[in-house]
Amino acid sequence: MTALTVLEKLAILSDAAKYDASCASSGSTKRDSLNSGGIGSTEGMGICHSYAPDGRCISLLKILLTNFCIYDCSYCINRSSSNVQRARFTVGEVVKLTMDFYRRNYIEGLFLSSGVVRSPDETMGEMVEVARRLRLDEKFSGYIHLKTIPESSAELVEKAGLYADRLSINVELPTDEGVKRLAPEKKPETIRLSMAKLRQKMEEKAEPTLRTKKRERFAPGGQSTQMIVGADKTSDDGILHTSARLYGSYHLRRVYYSAFSPIPDSSSSLPLQKPPLMREHRLYQADWLMRFYGFSQPEILAGSSDGMLDLAIDPKLAWALRNRGQFPVDINRADREALLRVPGLGTKVVMKILETRRHRRLRLEDVGRLCQSITKLRPFIIAEGWSPGALTDKAGLRGKIVRSCEQLSLF
Amino acid sequence: MQPAELNLARYSVRLDSETDFAGWRDAARRLALNEVKPEDIGWHVASDSTQTDLPAVPAGAQLAVPRDFIGHAETAFCHSDPGRFAFLYRLLWRLRSEPKLLSIASDPDTRRLETMEKAVRRDSHKMHAFVRFRKIGDGDDERYVAWFEPDHFIVERNADFFVRRFTGMRWTILTPYASADWDGKRLAIGPGAAKGDAPTQDDTEALWRTYFENIFNPARLKVKAMQKEMPKKYWRNLPEASLIPELIAGADKAAKDMIARMPTTPAPHHAKVQAKHWPKREPAEATEDDGATTISALREAAKGCRRCPLWRDATQTVFGEGPDNARVIFVGEQPGDQEDIAGKPFVGPAGKVFDAILDDAGVDRRKVYVTNAVKHFKFEPRGKRRIHSKPNAGEVQACRWWIDREFAQIKPDLAVALGATAALSLLGKAIPVTKMRGQVIEREDGLRVLITIHPSFILRIHEPADKDAERERFLRDMREVKRLMAA
Repeated sequence: MTALTVLEKLAILSDAAKYDASCASSGSTKRDSLNSGGIGSTEGMGICHSYAPDGRCISLLKILLTNFCIYDCSYCINRSSSNVQRARFTVGEVVKLTMDFYRRNYIEGLFLSSGVVRSPDETMGEMVEVARRLRLDEKFSGYIHLKTIPESSAELVEKAGLYADRLSINVELPTDEGVKRLAPEKKPETIRLSMAKLRQKMEEKAEPTLRTKKRERFAPGGQSTQMIVGADKTSDDGILHTSARLYGSYHLRRVYYSAFSPIPDSSSSLPLQKPPLMREHRLYQADWLMRFYGFSQPEILAGSSDGMLDLAIDPKLAWALRNRGQFPVDINRADREALLRVPGLGTKVVMKILETRRHRRLRLEDVGRLCQSITKLRPFIIAEGWSPGALTDKAGLRGKIVRSCEQLSLF
Repeated sequence: MQPAELNLARYSVRLDSETDFAGWRDAARRLALNEVKPEDIGWHVASDSTQTDLPAVPAGAQLAVPRDFIGHAETAFCHSDPGRFAFLYRLLWRLRSEPKLLSIASDPDTRRLETMEKAVRRDSHKMHAFVRFRKIGDGDDERYVAWFEPDHFIVERNADFFVRRFTGMRWTILTPYASADWDGKRLAIGPGAAKGDAPTQDDTEALWRTYFENIFNPARLKVKAMQKEMPKKYWRNLPEASLIPELIAGADKAAKDMIARMPTTPAPHHAKVQAKHWPKREPAEATEDDGATTISALREAAKGCRRCPLWRDATQTVFGEGPDNARVIFVGEQPGDQEDIAGKPFVGPAGKVFDAILDDAGVDRRKVYVTNAVKHFKFEPRGKRRIHSKPNAGEVQACRWWIDREFAQIKPDLAVALGATAALSLLGKAIPVTKMRGQVIEREDGLRVLITIHPSFILRIHEPADKDAERERFLRDMREVKRLMAA
């Protein structure tokens, strides 16, 4: 077998990484290179340097160190029984690629994951070495996200947190039963414990040390995870229940949902169909309702028949239609919490409404100027000179809103 | 503003350049303090236009504008709209009599300002994202040069971002109206350039294009989403963009191929990997070994407990802790947030209160055994917090299996029930804790159970005097524990 070139390896090992949804480079501390004279900065907001035709942002160089793997998870292209072509980067090759791409402003940093070769510690050790060399040898201050292997030693995780902005461990599937069935060698309880340990470390390092009063660095961008949607039978309500548990228990910055994509040479235990992209989108919206709109997880789908999010309308509108008794909401008097529950009002618009109404009473057209479209909103609010009357309780309201939103998108 | 009107203007202001904010600010200040109406001023950026003499600032006159106006104006000033100078002056004019104008998001002028700022910020953001450097020269001559075409006048505004990010590099960004150059020490803003002045290729682009092709998932084609964030106008300067049409054209077939490609037989090395790394499949469920004869063996067995559904949302089983020969067992309600993460009982806020009071009472925590009536944390998630929920009778009952084994193993002289749930677990019935606290109840099997409150109760009292009194009462109970241990 002839040795693969870096270009060939890159093709194989970025193809292998495309099933990981996260490419976020946000949420870390502000850093730049003015003092170090090196390369790289993080300024809070991540930057999407390009977009692939799948609509996904390309912010980081997202690659696997190797796609050789001793695990055999049926949903994974790199499982040991798969016939995919294998490759393995050296530590130096990843460091050089990252720096070459960064200097040309292609990327914000590196997202490094890996199949597990030989042992979790050996693989994790190489990933940490990549991060160490970037930080210390190359004076690199850009973003680094490391996929942590749950079984690796505490000492390696400690080092990973020292060099990386964000660490993540994938729960992969929403239920332990699903993990046991599709990833027989993975242990859900180990995944939980690893996340708990990361949270513990982050809290411990956030405290100033007794002796130096300085805070040690440990993954300032926090931890995240990913769940595959549609590879097993879990309902949306079940998925969101797991997300709420993960946010509450391990203080994750993000839970990523990845619509299950058919993989070449896939295992026969999985559905072969187009990925459920709309379902994924609705899950993200519901996730936002929990994180920014004050919804508790059970109320999002309370009263729905099958525990699934409506694919035709967004979860907030669906909730409002199921809870019409809470409406109409008076734009000029309601508190922030109530305004946030009005379909079509985002967090920024609510802030503007609160600010503006200190100086004048808002009419329907004023609200229209502040937000995208008034169509969705109108039946749910009272404004100066506007009351929806019986519109809120109309039986055909859902159809009416869906139709007018569709018409809007045609123009 | 129509040219005809320009000639009628009483004052004509000439700015040095499209980004001469200082010049605009100075002129605007003089004009506004002399009550010159917006419609009486013509603004232009041109070397050949004449400037009328501007009136001086009247002695002692102060122009009061909201502090944040300057920041907003500086941003909007970078917009390419030629009417921006007059518009910003009009805003300034209105702000004198309407100081709250910028808070009224529904006002057309405020909205226009916001729209302009948004456009400038978005263009800046796209510049941070879509500038593509090409390397020229090697060693000491190594430099990175980019050609970029912004919509607005944002080079000066953005140069610092690139300095902070690429400090250790020598670079130049060329645009049609201005350029920015960093030699490693100094930033220089220079005149505009042409596309032909920038290098046309870079060897690393082949790698970048390979990456772009392979990170794309053809099963998730969403062209609109891509174009919304990466409008076509930027494509001509992006080395990866020429791949897009063929990726889109081939996506459907590629996705169908993915689905059509039937599962094959396992790869040749698979059997070897399985044999080497996973020789013995562990049983899926940990078996609860009834033959455990030590606390640590019980703890191990409890890890896989599925006797009630609480394991589903908790991190781990939190088993009791302490020596096998302890004389006393303290039973709490259930692990909390901290205990669930650490895997040890009584390490959270209530645990700290408990430790301190035991210490005051002279009870050595290392010689006692502490455990909980229910060994998994039961909670309701609320964002990044977990609100403790009370275990129900069924859950308490299910967990008695473990409590009984802990007692059978340790055979203590005394049990302390910390709160109602612990009392229910130990005595099998609901007990009015506040009424019976401090009492010792003897169980049928001879075990003495001292009833008291749970230390978390002390934490929940806000009134300092009441808190101290409650702590004192609990301390008395713990002194009683010490007395009974010695007896």
